[in-house]
Amino acid sequence: MGVKGLGELERSIMDVIWAQPSAVTAREVGRLIADRDLAPTTVMTVLDRLTRKGFLIRSRDGRAWRYEPAESRDAYIAELMLEALDLTGDRSAALTRFAQAVSGPEAEILRRALTELEEE
Amino acid sequence: MITAAALAFLASVCAVGAWRLTRARWTYRAPHVAIVLWQALGVTWGLAGTGTLLAYALEPYGEGVLGGLRVFAASALSGGYGPPGPYDLPRIFALIAGLTALTVLIVVLLTAGVQTFRARRRHRTLLALIASDDPEVPGVRVVDHPAAAAYCVPGLRSQVVISRGTLKLLSPAELTAVLAHETAHVRERHDLVLLPFAALRRALPWSRTVEDAQREVGLLVEMAADDAARRYCSPRRLATALLRFGTAGAIPTPHGALGATAGATAAVMARVERLVTPGPRLPRRVRYGIVTFSIALTASAPLLWVMPH
Repeated sequence: MGVKGLGELERSIMDVIWAQPSAVTAREVGRLIADRDLAPTTVMTVLDRLTRKGFLIRSRDGRAWRYEPAESRDAYIAELMLEALDLTGDRSAALTRFAQAVSGPEAEILRRALTELEEE
Repeated sequence: MITAAALAFLASVCAVGAWRLTRARWTYRAPHVAIVLWQALGVTWGLAGTGTLLAYALEPYGEGVLGGLRVFAASALSGGYGPPGPYDLPRIFALIAGLTALTVLIVVLLTAGVQTFRARRRHRTLLALIASDDPEVPGVRVVDHPAAAAYCVPGLRSQVVISRGTLKLLSPAELTAVLAHETAHVRERHDLVLLPFAALRRALPWSRTVEDAQREVGLLVEMAADDAARRYCSPRRLATALLRFGTAGAIPTPHGALGATAGATAAVMARVERLVTPGPRLPRRVRYGIVTFSIALTASAPLLWVMPH
């Protein structure tokens, strides 16, 4: 299995776990995931990787582990967007952005310019 | 003494030059050339500033800056025989100050590099879990959020990312223009241009000139990307895309403030103006002249460092 394949699998498994109301076991993940040919050991490996990366939290349930997401999907989207819009306040040069949004009277200046450009 | 004086002169030329350049407007007519000049000023300022102190401190060895450092290190390791000439208190202070400044510059640059690398890796990992592909924009990652965002995550495998809000906000022609702009950032590795200035800003947060320099280089990089993009799209559509982005409405942040500043508006308007009514390009003669000057400037400080006297 290539690196890309593993990435895809991580993604599908996160999607499955995010869709569940409570923590799930590896066996349940295997049953819920669309790709039925998946070996149980593969599911275990990916769950382990995601836990090590901090995306999943696991807890003992008898002889099995139960996995739940560390954060909701929306929380990660918010994290991405804060960085994307340069609102984290750390002035990093990690991303190069297209343009910044402005608000209030400043935005009015841009809005007028836009109307002018569209009318011409 | 001549080396120290020459380096001090170079450092002041760079400081004055940077201060003048933050106010110059010819830069908008040749952003690529201006970026080269900014980089030359930055590197030379760092090497000349620290070099001045070290050249003065290590003068008794009579070996120049680099040679002096080598002899100094060797004598320090072997028990310290000291220089042949007299070694007074001002020189000791200059040595400590010079070595400290040089270390700070190097450490700050490395730290910024590592932090940037980590932030990008985290961002990429999250994108891999969350972003989707859209048949409308092949090769572009789409994040499911209503706010407008378009950016690239630079690196060996750069990714261009837009939000769902951007797809809704822009017309297809405008979207093409934005993607051409982001692709230019990726191709020209503008992130590497910005990195040292962001690092310097962290090292000297109180310096107005450094703050202005970082903002100015940031704007020039955007203009350079605009220029590259206009070859693949209508400059007018790029301009309307910019304005639509600017007015799309900022989202509230955990720090309370909105991402809005007067500087951001001025930057957007400056870019729009030169897209809609491009001024004459800087004459070829002048552009070549500035690039030649930048190369000479960049070479001068290292030369003075290795010069034996």
